[in-house]
Amino acid sequence: MSFQIKKVFSGLLFGTLIAPVFQAQAGIAGYWAPIFHEDFEERLPGPEAGDYAGLPINDAMRLRGDTWESSLLTVPEHQCKPHPSTYGFRGIGNLRVLEEVDPVSQELIALHTHIEWQAQKRTIWMDGRDHPDEMYPHSWGGFSTGEFVGDTLVVHTTHLKSGWIRRNGMALSDEATLDEFFFLNGDSSVLTHVSIVTDPVYLTEPFVRTNGFEWLTRASMGPYPCRPAIEIDRPVGDIPHWMMGTEEPMAAREEFSERWGIPVEASRGGAETALPEYIDVVRQ
Amino acid sequence: MTNKKSKSWNKATSHFQKTLGACLLSSALVGGASEAFAQNFDVEVKSYHVAGQVWVLTGVGGNVTVQIGDEGVLVVDTQYAEMAPKLLAEIERLAPGKIIRYVINTHAHGDHTGGNQIIRDAGETIVAGNEARDVNETFEPGAEVIAHENVMLSMATASNPEIPFDMWPTEVYLGDQYDLYFNDEPIELLYQGRAHTNGDTMVFFRKSDVISTGDIYVTGGYPFIDESNFGHINGIVDGLNQIIRITVPREQQEGGTIVISSHGRLSDEADVVDYRDMITIIRDRVQYMIDQGMSLNEVLAAQPSRDYDGRYGNGFISPEQFITSVYNTLSE
Repeated sequence: MSFQIKKVFSGLLFGTLIAPVFQAQAGIAGYWAPIFHEDFEERLPGPEAGDYAGLPINDAMRLRGDTWESSLLTVPEHQCKPHPSTYGFRGIGNLRVLEEVDPVSQELIALHTHIEWQAQKRTIWMDGRDHPDEMYPHSWGGFSTGEFVGDTLVVHTTHLKSGWIRRNGMALSDEATLDEFFFLNGDSSVLTHVSIVTDPVYLTEPFVRTNGFEWLTRASMGPYPCRPAIEIDRPVGDIPHWMMGTEEPMAAREEFSERWGIPVEASRGGAETALPEYIDVVRQ
Repeated sequence: MTNKKSKSWNKATSHFQKTLGACLLSSALVGGASEAFAQNFDVEVKSYHVAGQVWVLTGVGGNVTVQIGDEGVLVVDTQYAEMAPKLLAEIERLAPGKIIRYVINTHAHGDHTGGNQIIRDAGETIVAGNEARDVNETFEPGAEVIAHENVMLSMATASNPEIPFDMWPTEVYLGDQYDLYFNDEPIELLYQGRAHTNGDTMVFFRKSDVISTGDIYVTGGYPFIDESNFGHINGIVDGLNQIIRITVPREQQEGGTIVISSHGRLSDEADVVDYRDMITIIRDRVQYMIDQGMSLNEVLAAQPSRDYDGRYGNGFISPEQFITSVYNTLSE
C-alpha cells in the first residue's frame, strides 16, 4: 500500500470512528419545538395555588408556597425575569441550539441555547473548563458544562439564581444545582430532556423530570423584548405575600384538593407523593 | 425616603448623645478589634475584575472594593490590620506604581476598618491651598479616609478596646450624600441612616456602573442589625430598595449594574430583589405578630423566618438573633 493510500484509508477509518460523535452533536443543534403531552396542565395553563403534589419538598418549601402571592409578578423588578434553566426547558417557546466551534480546529467550544419566551439564553461549555468559584455571579441559566457520553449530552449546572421549580411559589434556592441529559430518539426527530434538580435548601431528594422536543426543519427565533411598567401603584418596597399563619391563603390552597378530589395531604407534596404506590394512600 | 432618613438620623443623633457615656455594647466590633474574634488570617487575597475601573478583593473580613485609574487608587474598606499587607500587595499587583489616594469606610466595624492605618499610610493625599494648614510635623495625612460622621463617633468612643487615632477617618460627612470625582468617574457616597449601623455608606461608581453596599447587603446570611450602634431593620429594607432604585439590569433582569456585597458573591439587581423580598417578608411577619400582641418569645417560637433559614440561617447571624433584632427595632 502506498503512503497516500494508507493516509486515505486511515482517514476513512478515523472518520468512521468519530462520525457518530459529530452526528450526535449535529443532531442536537438546530430548532426544536416543545412537546406538551407530558404535564400539560402544569406547563401551559399553569399550576394551581397549593398544588405541590409530586414534588420532593420540605416544610420550608411548603411555607414558601403557602405564602406566595401571584401578584408578586406585577412588581416591576419581577416582570422581566426569564425562567431559570431548572424550568425553562419545560416552558413555552421554541428552543434553538447553536454550536460554537474553534474556527481553526473545529473543536466544539460551547452550545448556546435560546428559548423564545423571555429570550432565555444559556451557554453550555463543552471545552472542559472548570466551574468558577463562589464569587462568580449567579445567573438564570447558571454556569453549565457538558460533554457527550456516547450519544447523550450530559450537562452539569451551578451558579443558578434563586428561582422556581413550579410556577406557584415552589422556590429554587441559589444553592441548587442541575444535571441534565439530552438524547435523540427514533429517527432523531425527537429530543428527550431529563433534568435533575438538587436543592439542599428546599428539596429532600433530587427532583427528576423529563420532557421532549420535536425537530423543526424550518423555523426562526423571534425577539422577546421586555420592559417593566407600573401595573399596580404601590409604596416602594411593598412586596405582595400572604401572611403566614392566616386562614385566607390556606383556604385558597385547599380549593385545589377539593376541585380535583384528592386528599389535602397529597396536595402538600413530599417525596412519597411522586411514587406510583402513593395512589394506594390516596385511595384509602 | 430622604425625609425618613433625616428623621432617622436626628433620632440616632439624639439617642447617641444620650448614651455617649455608656459606650457601645458592640464596641468590640468597632475599629480594629480583631482580637475579639479568633480569625484565621492565613488566607490568600484574591482579586476579581467587576466592571470598568472597579475590582473586588476578598480575604478575611468584608470584601474590599478598589477603583483604579490614571489618578490613582481608591479603596473601599480595609478588612483587618493583619490582612492589610496582603491587600496592599494585591493592589500593587493590579495597579503597579499607582498611589492610594482615598480610603472609604462603609461603616465602623473592625472587619471593614481594621486595616485603615496600614493602607492609609501606604497612600498619599494631595494637600494644598486652604487644606495645607492641616499638615504639620506630627501629622502625615497619608491617603484620605472618608466616612460618615457616625463612623468617627463610633470609633472615637469605642473603649473595649480603644481605637487608635490613626485608624479613624480623616474626612467625615453629614447628610445623605457625599460626592467625589476621581479617575474620571463620578462617585457617590450614599448615607443609609439607621440600617446595619447608624453610619452606613454605600458607594456608587457611576461610570463603571458598580455599587459597593457595605453590610446593607450580604449574600451569605441574614443581615446583622447592630442595635448597639443604632441599626434598624427598616433602614436595611430602605437600603436594599435604594440599591434596587440605582441598579439597572440588562435584558431579562440580569447583569447591568453590578452589586458588590460586603460578604459574599458579586450580584446584580435580581439577586438584591430576591434578598429584599426575603427581608421584607420576614419584617412584615414580625410586625404582624407584634400587632397581634405577641411577645418576643412567642415570635421566636413561631419561627417567622423558617422558610428561609435553610439558606440564610447558617451565616454570621442566627435566625434567633435576626428575629430578635427585627422585633426589638420594630418595637422602639
